[in-house]
Amino acid sequence: MMSHLAFVALAYGVTALTVAAMVLAIVLDGRARRRELADLEARGIRRRAAGADGIVS
Amino acid sequence: MSDVSISPGWLTRLANPSRFLELSGRILPWLWAATLAAFAAGLVMSFNAPEDYQQGITVSIMFIHVPAAWLAMMCYSLMAVSAIGTLVWRHPLADVSAKAAAPIGAVFTFLALVTGSLWGRPMWGTWWVWDARLTSVFVLFLMYLGLIALNRAMDEPGRAARATAVLILVGFVNIPIIKFSVNWWNTLHQPASVMRLDGPTIHPSLLYPLLVMAVAFTLLFFTLHMMAMRNEIWRRRVQTMRHRAARAIGSGQ
Repeated sequence: MMSHLAFVALAYGVTALTVAAMVLAIVLDGRARRRELADLEARGIRRRAAGADGIVS
Repeated sequence: MSDVSISPGWLTRLANPSRFLELSGRILPWLWAATLAAFAAGLVMSFNAPEDYQQGITVSIMFIHVPAAWLAMMCYSLMAVSAIGTLVWRHPLADVSAKAAAPIGAVFTFLALVTGSLWGRPMWGTWWVWDARLTSVFVLFLMYLGLIALNRAMDEPGRAARATAVLILVGFVNIPIIKFSVNWWNTLHQPASVMRLDGPTIHPSLLYPLLVMAVAFTLLFFTLHMMAMRNEIWRRRVQTMRHRAARAIGSGQ
């Protein structure tokens, strides 16, 4: 039988790990996308000045 | 059609993704600082809060469970507003907002379910029960996963945006069900004790740490959401540039 403190520690531990993983995933995703953009620009591929974001409008 | 259009006000000024990237880049360091400060204060207050006379130390699970559950619902509400932005105002960033929010909402819903289960075992004597509150939050988690899958299943961003927006609005019916499930049905889960018409029923020594942690979680959500939106804008720029490069190669042959 787990002590009450163990349930609290487990809850805080799972939360800390999950939040850390989420932050890391978002930071790494951003770095990878900026690297891709820099790579494409280095190869001379340009984005149109307007309306080229692939954003739905 | 009437000439009168509904203007979402200052949101229209953010319609240019480049302007959003520039503004968010300036705001993000401050948001991170505020998030970390709020978490530092919230955690110190949580660990120094007294034990509950009935629940003992397990009441500290409330300081993470309740903000996670609030955010699970707030994130979905934000996605519903974004869905209206996509379908009604056709705001260029509305779909980016909804798409970026879904995985973050799924994570907070997962945390609400797991911490709730870890609180339920010592207090209720069970990890899980299929009652109204727990089941409706589990349905919310499945909806987040379904929306993520649907959005990624379609290559064309416009079609994916509209289909996802419609499903988000249909699924919004679950939010009041979650909120009022504890009043409408018999459930193991306790009724609301903070957001009540007659005021909170929690002692201030436990209420204040909870409110500070809720602020910290909310700041974390908006920080991560802003970062994820920037990532999505960059992802679409990469996709557009690759298509242009492919077309240029194709027309050169």
